[in-house]
Amino acid sequence: MSKLLEISIEKKEDSETRLVCLGIESTAHTFGVSIVESKGRTFNILSDAKEIYRPEEGKGIHPREASKHHAQKASSIILRVLNESGLSLVDVDAIAFSQGPGLGPCLRIGAVVARTLSAYYQKPLIPVNHAVAHIELAKILTGAIDPLVLLVSGGHTVIVALSFGRWRILGETLDITIGQLIDQFGREAGYSSPFGREFEQISCKSTNYIDLPYTVKGNDVSFSGLLTAAKKLLKEGIAIEDICFSLQETSFAMLVESVERALSFTEKKELLLAGGVAANKTLQNMLKSMCQIHDSGFLSIQREYSGDCGAQIALNGLQLFKGGMNIDISNSSVRQSWRLDEVDVIW
Amino acid sequence: MRILKKGAEASIILGDWFGEDAIFKVRELKSYRQSNIDTKIRVFRTLHEASFLTEAKKIGVITPLVYFVDRQKAEIVMQFVNGLRLKDIVNASDTSISKWFEEVGRYVARLHEANIIHGDITTSNFLISEDKLSMIDFGLSFYSNKIEDKAVDIHLLRTVLQSANTDLSSKLMDHVFRGYFELSNRNKVNDFLKRLKIVERRGRYKFNE
Repeated sequence: MSKLLEISIEKKEDSETRLVCLGIESTAHTFGVSIVESKGRTFNILSDAKEIYRPEEGKGIHPREASKHHAQKASSIILRVLNESGLSLVDVDAIAFSQGPGLGPCLRIGAVVARTLSAYYQKPLIPVNHAVAHIELAKILTGAIDPLVLLVSGGHTVIVALSFGRWRILGETLDITIGQLIDQFGREAGYSSPFGREFEQISCKSTNYIDLPYTVKGNDVSFSGLLTAAKKLLKEGIAIEDICFSLQETSFAMLVESVERALSFTEKKELLLAGGVAANKTLQNMLKSMCQIHDSGFLSIQREYSGDCGAQIALNGLQLFKGGMNIDISNSSVRQSWRLDEVDVIW
Repeated sequence: MRILKKGAEASIILGDWFGEDAIFKVRELKSYRQSNIDTKIRVFRTLHEASFLTEAKKIGVITPLVYFVDRQKAEIVMQFVNGLRLKDIVNASDTSISKWFEEVGRYVARLHEANIIHGDITTSNFLISEDKLSMIDFGLSFYSNKIEDKAVDIHLLRTVLQSANTDLSSKLMDHVFRGYFELSNRNKVNDFLKRLKIVERRGRYKFNE
């Protein structure tokens, strides 16, 4: 690993010149575009804009409707980031897009836009793994050096660390993600998705804990039984605050325990929290308190960039571009189930 | 009293038990979680671990001998096994490594034949002392006759090996399987392998889509 690190540092120092990348995120409900520049090893987010598709209350993302939304918003968002950064597409060195994992119809919109820009302006096309991008953005923005990472969102619940040139999975959900648990429970209770912020607010109103199933298998967690049990409480007419509080406490305790096991196993000295659910203060505080026990630092990505955004794609796109990545359009098909541990960390 | 390890779940303390070296495994209170959840987990796992340590011993899996269980403190006092962790010798390119991983397979097979799921099979949970393999940490163990739970048990070991010993993992798993199938019921082998594939595929975002 150290050898790989040396190589990448060399590469970065070679290119003190300013590089600019436009990144397009469109894995699920968010269509985001961002322009990021790099000079040597520093990165600057010049502009970042997004539009989020909102399903009807009580419904989840409809992939076709979400992709329609993305197609309609695409050009205006691109124009917005170009205006904000004061750049034109000619000034951009590379076009990055989220190739996966995500919803096929949504991914395809981002991919089509990226291919078009790349072909028309003759710019290198960079395929980015959305999950790796979440982690790399969080790492750069928080200044983490060699962290254990908990990535929690609607699409991900994984514990990873960099080892042998890849982000390796030390623990993950065996079924649904923490975001799905929260959103699906919310929809059952009649709230629209994403439910995260309201879920946290409602949870804070109660301290009445109701026993719920707690499932940790080694470093892995399982949330499906918990979801069923929480839905059942809802049908029994238990107060929503009490269920949300108990659901939050149980699911987060499971996550923190798995992270704690991974932290103890890897003996890492930093924990980095990334992904949409990173915005939850209760989760942050639980992890912080756990890290103190193990003398590990705790870092969390700021709320602004915790959710899906173009900046993650543009930034990781730049890293990949510097590492020599550049694909032909014929290899740019979207990859709906692309695991993050398949990506070689070439930067 | 000397703290040997402050683990994720419990502290392992070396102390004295009526003149003998002994391990005191204490599950300390975790203030980050609800006290109801915390108590439930700590007491439940302590009692379970103690009984599984004993059950495993009965079927030929070497485990530390349990001296005493303190429910209130969530503490187990047990025999001190003075040895190296399997984790520490994996990368030592020791030629006996294949032997130990086959033994791991045999131990897990014995447990599974008795419908015991260890629940946390990692290389940290095997100790080698006096040329014998001991299995520890039964805190997440449970009874199940389901092929699913047995497959998940093995799957966890593979995940750990893949993340920590990436270049060796498939070879090490071959040794584990050799030992495992040596002792498990022959006509269940295919079903088991099939289920293991399903467990693997169920994880989010797969290899070779």
